[in-house]
Amino acid sequence: MRKMVFLSYLIGACALLALWYLIAQAAELPILPSPERVAERLAGIFLSDIAVHGAYSLWRITAGLCLAILIGFPLGMIMGYFPKADRYLAPIVYLTYPIPKIALLPILMLLAGLGELSKILMIFLIIVFQVVVAVRDGIHAIPKEIYEPLVSLGASFGEIFREILWPASLPKFLTAVRVAMATAISVLFFTETFGTQYGIGYFIMDAWLRVNYLDMYAGIIVLSGIGLLLFGLLDFVEYQTCRWVAPRE
Amino acid sequence: MIEIRNLSVRYGANQNDREAISNVHLTVPDGTVCAVIGPSGCGKSTLLKAVAGILTPNEGEILMDGKPLSPKVQSIGFMPQSYGLMPWRTAMENIRLGIRIKGGRSKDSEEEILSLMERLGIAELRDRYPRELSGGQQQRVALARVFLLRPDVLLMDEPFSALDAITREDMQEVFLALWHSLKVTTLLVTHYVEEALYLGERIVLMQASPGRIAEVMENPLAGSEGLRANPAFFEKGRQLREKIKQMGGYR
Repeated sequence: MRKMVFLSYLIGACALLALWYLIAQAAELPILPSPERVAERLAGIFLSDIAVHGAYSLWRITAGLCLAILIGFPLGMIMGYFPKADRYLAPIVYLTYPIPKIALLPILMLLAGLGELSKILMIFLIIVFQVVVAVRDGIHAIPKEIYEPLVSLGASFGEIFREILWPASLPKFLTAVRVAMATAISVLFFTETFGTQYGIGYFIMDAWLRVNYLDMYAGIIVLSGIGLLLFGLLDFVEYQTCRWVAPRE
Repeated sequence: MIEIRNLSVRYGANQNDREAISNVHLTVPDGTVCAVIGPSGCGKSTLLKAVAGILTPNEGEILMDGKPLSPKVQSIGFMPQSYGLMPWRTAMENIRLGIRIKGGRSKDSEEEILSLMERLGIAELRDRYPRELSGGQQQRVALARVFLLRPDVLLMDEPFSALDAITREDMQEVFLALWHSLKVTTLLVTHYVEEALYLGERIVLMQASPGRIAEVMENPLAGSEGLRANPAFFEKGRQLREKIKQMGGYR
C-alpha cells in the first residue's frame, strides 16, 4: 500500500518535471531555464551557498511553529474545556482572527527589531490562531458520553486530558497546522526579504537582483523542499497518531 | 448493599427547576441485579448517573455498605448507553481503561484480558478501533472493560437496547454468564420489559414527571434456565406492560 503511494508520487514528480522541461524548451527564455540545468546548479552550490540559507529558514519556521503550538494548544484546550474561559476569550480571538497578520509586519519590525524575533513572531501569529480555534472546536466536538465512564472511575483532570482531550483534539490540530503551514511558508519568504542576509527568501531575491536565474530557481526548489519536508513530517505524525480516524485498508 | 435515600436531582442551576427524579428510595442487596424500568422521561438514566457519580444529587445520599458511594473511593463500573468506548483506542486498550485509571493490576492482567476476550469471542478484534466494530462487538468490548475492572458496583444504562433482537438475546446470555462468575451488585436501566424480567431479580418500576418509584417487585424467575419459553415469563411480561401503560404510556 505505502509502496503504491510512493510510486504515484514519483510519477507525479516526473510528470511535473516533464512539463517544466517542455515549457522551457518551447519558450527558450533565460527566465525559464530547463530543469536539468537548475538541478546541476543546485548540486553545485547547495553545500557551499544555499545550505546556510535553508538552515536559517528552517530554524525560523520551526521556532515560529513551536511557539505557536506551545501557546496555542493550551489556550485552545482551556477555551474548549472551560465554557467560562471561552466566553471571555472567544470575542478577542474572533475579532483578531481576520486581521491579515502580514499587514502587522511593519509594526512587528518596529517593536521587535529587524532581526530574528520579528520574523519568528510573524510566523507564530499566523499559525497560533488556527491552532487555538481548531483545538477549541476539537474539544467542543467531543460527545459528553465519552467523559462519563472516566468520571465514574474517579479520573483526575490529568487522566481526562491524557485519555480524552489530547487524542480527541489531535486530528483537528494537525489539520490546522497543515493549513497554516502553507501560509507560513509564503510569509517566511516575504519576511526574509527585509533586514537579513540569511534565509532562502533573501537568497531568491538576491539571485533575482543579480539576474542569476539558475541560482534563483535553485533557491525556489530548496524553499519548496522545506515545505515538502514539513508537510511530510506532519503526515507522518498524523499517520502514527490518528489511525483511529481513517478506516484501515 | 447499595442504599439510595431520599434522592432528588434537578436540572439547571435554579432551585425551582424541573425535578428529574424526586425522593427516590431504593435498596440493592449485595450480589443481585436490580432492573429499573419505566416510560421515557421517568428519570431512570438520571438515577443511574447520580449513582455513578456523574451527576451530583440536589438532595439525598447514596450509600455503599453504609458509607457514601464515591468514584474516588469505590470502583464503579459504568456502562453508558452508547458503550462509552474511546474512538482513539483499540479494543484492547479500551478494555484496559478501567484498570489503567484504577491502577494496581497491570502485570497479571494481560492473561486475564485475553481469556476474557476469548470468552466474549472478540480475541481477534484486539487491535481494531471502535469504528471498525459492529454494535454487538462494541458491546462485548464494553462488557469486557467493566468485568475486567471487577467493580464494587456495576451500572448499565440501556445496555442492550441498541442491538437487534437476536443479538440482544445473545448478549443477555453472555452478560449473565459473566455476571455469575463475579456476582457484582448491579443496577441496570432498561425500557424492555423482557430484559428487566430476564435479568433483574428485583424490578423497580418508575413513573414520570417527576420521576419517582411507583413499585418494587421481586422477580425470582430472573436468570433461570429456559426462562424465555416459560409461560410464567409471558404472563409476568404482560402484567408489567399493563402497569406501565396505566402509568401513562410507553415510548
